[in-house]
Amino acid sequence: MVHGKGELIMGSDRGWNPYVAGALSGLVSIFSVWVAGKYLGASTTFVRTSGMLEKLIDPERVAKMEYFIREAPKVDWQWLFVVGIFIGAFIAAKGGGSFKLQPVPDMWQDRFGSSITKRAVFAFIGGIIAMFGARLADGCPSGHGLSGSLQLAVSGFIALICFFIGGVIVAHILYGRGNRV
Amino acid sequence: MNELIYGLITGILFGLLLQKGRVLRYDKQLGALRFHDFTIIKFMLSHIAVAMVGIYLLYDLGLVKLSLKPTILGGVIVGGLLFGLGWGLLGYCPGTSLGALGEGRWDAVWGILGMLVGAGLYAEAFPVMKKTLLTWGDYGKITIPQVLGVNHWFVIAAFLMITLVLFRWIERYEKSIKSN
Repeated sequence: MVHGKGELIMGSDRGWNPYVAGALSGLVSIFSVWVAGKYLGASTTFVRTSGMLEKLIDPERVAKMEYFIREAPKVDWQWLFVVGIFIGAFIAAKGGGSFKLQPVPDMWQDRFGSSITKRAVFAFIGGIIAMFGARLADGCPSGHGLSGSLQLAVSGFIALICFFIGGVIVAHILYGRGNRV
Repeated sequence: MNELIYGLITGILFGLLLQKGRVLRYDKQLGALRFHDFTIIKFMLSHIAVAMVGIYLLYDLGLVKLSLKPTILGGVIVGGLLFGLGWGLLGYCPGTSLGALGEGRWDAVWGILGMLVGAGLYAEAFPVMKKTLLTWGDYGKITIPQVLGVNHWFVIAAFLMITLVLFRWIERYEKSIKSN
């Protein structure tokens, strides 16, 4: 089996057992709901931030928009939760020696080359589509996938399955079927 | 104010575990979508299994409330599929994009900018969506035990068993593709 460049370098960079890390993150979820009454989620924060940025340009328009009335452009629990993910990942990566400034992911580079522009265009367009979809579905892999499913919500499981169906389709268009790096 | 501090602490702990579990990377997310690295599936299902048991225990003790999102088939299915298509292109989801950036994978920046634009576009489209897709197949806030008319612990037990079988299958499958 041929390894991507990253996997060879990552020989000593295996991290924790994903079952253990996942189970511990489940405990974080439990305590968050117990102590703060908050279920994990991330995508509403992008709506609030988008509203904050639009407010800088045209505050009157934002104040009248129904969706920004529903999801007010302000810093709340989830906004700081999302900032916290950045900080936590930074601390863990620096502490564990796996922090790496990387403009293009290994797997992407093996298939599409090292052009930063090409990766930027795909990632940007992907981001637009993903967030439009997440808001239409009313949640992302955190809000629906984790928090919805763990409450046995029908919406959580349907969303999770649809996320993967869409993702698998694109992954196979981009990388083909047999080409296992 | 307390609420904001709880948010920050919860995020830091979650970000730490996402990073240590190695689920933040593009290669891991696409690896799952290409069926050859199941790290994110293991992480997500372990999270769900543990939190499901814990939160339903606390729920039965009257210590926590559920917070369900409505099952609106039009929104959840179309939105979910759209999300998936975008996720396949980006290789990060909303939460993990910030974590990936924290690890130094700064191509996440393009995705974060795109997601901010996508959120803005959805805010524009919302009045139309509310009258169309979001009215199709609205079943309200329903759970699987409600639909089946059984106690939630039956469903939890079934979920745990299916998850264990899946984990066993994944481990075998990963071994088989590694030895090829």
